[in-house]
Amino acid sequence: MSTSTRVPIVSYLALEPEPHLVANECTSCGARFFDRRNACASCFATTFRPVDIETEGVLASFTIVAFAAPGVPVPFVAGIVKCGSTSVRANVINCDPSPDTVKLGMKLRLTTYSLGTDDEGTEAIGFGFEPVG
Amino acid sequence: MASDDIWILGIAMTKFGKHTDKDIVDLGAEAAMAALADGGVTMGDMGVLAAGNLMAAGAGFGQQLQKQIGQTGIPVYNVANACATGATALRTAIMAVKSGEVRMGLAVGAEKLAGAGLLGGGGQSKKDGNKWEPRGRYGAIAPTDGRIGTDTMPGTFAQVGMEYGHKYGEVSFETFARISEKNHAHSTLNPLAAYQKRFTIEEIMGDMMIAYPNTRPMCSANCDGAAAAVVTTGEVLRTLSKEQQRRAIKVAASVLTTDPYQEACQILPDVNTLTRNAARQAYEAAGVSPSDLDLVELHDCFATAELVHYDNLMLCPEGGAVDFFESGAPWRDGSTPVNVSGGLQSKGHPIAATGIANIWEVCHHLRGEAGPRQIADAKVGLAHVIGLGSACGVHILERSGL
Repeated sequence: MSTSTRVPIVSYLALEPEPHLVANECTSCGARFFDRRNACASCFATTFRPVDIETEGVLASFTIVAFAAPGVPVPFVAGIVKCGSTSVRANVINCDPSPDTVKLGMKLRLTTYSLGTDDEGTEAIGFGFEPVG
Repeated sequence: MASDDIWILGIAMTKFGKHTDKDIVDLGAEAAMAALADGGVTMGDMGVLAAGNLMAAGAGFGQQLQKQIGQTGIPVYNVANACATGATALRTAIMAVKSGEVRMGLAVGAEKLAGAGLLGGGGQSKKDGNKWEPRGRYGAIAPTDGRIGTDTMPGTFAQVGMEYGHKYGEVSFETFARISEKNHAHSTLNPLAAYQKRFTIEEIMGDMMIAYPNTRPMCSANCDGAAAAVVTTGEVLRTLSKEQQRRAIKVAASVLTTDPYQEACQILPDVNTLTRNAARQAYEAAGVSPSDLDLVELHDCFATAELVHYDNLMLCPEGGAVDFFESGAPWRDGSTPVNVSGGLQSKGHPIAATGIANIWEVCHHLRGEAGPRQIADAKVGLAHVIGLGSACGVHILERSGL
């Protein structure tokens, strides 16, 4: 089984050289998006360039989801992480999912984990943000 | 009354709750026929029907309704616009009347949602084979709900409230819970509410956690229901009876907005900017200020949402929503009563009905017909809804003064 083949959970997660997120930045107005684009939602321009997003940020909002769709393990912390000037949607991981532990404004950094391997030996890599220090 | 003013001539809502013996058309028909009777008119007077339903959008709800209450050949607009569906249906009828194409219009919103459970979660379904394959606009190889944030409504609106706390100073779990305590207390006076049970703060905070800080009673109640309204112009109203003119309610402003681009709005839905924009346009159109409002029905789909909309509707200075709430202002005996119907948390939230039912509540007070929960001498009120995605409807209503 090959261990060298890895695939990110979403195409905006780059695994090399170190894991980081990549946004599509509008070359006209600088608005950043993480999805495939038809045009810019802010200025309607149609050219974008990839930009690397900072891997550290602060927690700008969160919820601790205790009740979710079938098959989604709970509890988990869903949040918005402000990485420089860019907001990122992610889970807060590697910490107790409790309001005593998770605090608005806490410093976080990007981290990755394995989602498992498919029949062809490809390993899927997920990401989340974990407390710094 | 100016010829081109828009008036609500008749309006009605069904009881919200579990209607096991009624389908969507039954509920819509009940509300529509009651609204027509309330206005002293019939289907034969209607020039347009705007029919709102979300969960069965595509089924031609408007035409199904006509089959039961009157097939007159008038145009039907079947409307779906998330939780703003009812307000959008009303606005559609208003635009048709305002354009001069028709003299009267009927707007209906009906939904069957009892027992629907959690809305918004789950995301993409699993594929058949066991191979990671990128799908969709994010190239996701697996469902992202629960792995990259949450798609659920309680979780999304929880973050909306927590974000407010990050921006303006932390809001405690108890503050959010006390907003819910208020709405459940208000509901005890509303016989059409799905739930009319007062909860203690301990009961609310100690109930099942859905998505922190929203516990179960802090979430909107899924239920069945319908509401409908008949709209016309001042020109037509002048030809009607004095009693119809006296009970008619002026639509001083009718505004619908969507979310304009903001940084992060495609990360966490921005329910703030479009509400603020709609409110600003509505106050300007109506020539009233927030301090003129005698009551407000706002979209408290979750306790965390009500807090931010105090600010978005400019009922308080920017950043002052917690102080506004803690002053007692939004209680029914406060300076700006909010959700005296019980709100979505206790009155219930049959999606497409909500945006007309909240207007019914305001009209009920402006007409002086609200019985034990009447807000004394109410002259001006505001109704607000948000549909995630997003759409915002704001209507400002005034009593006729006759």
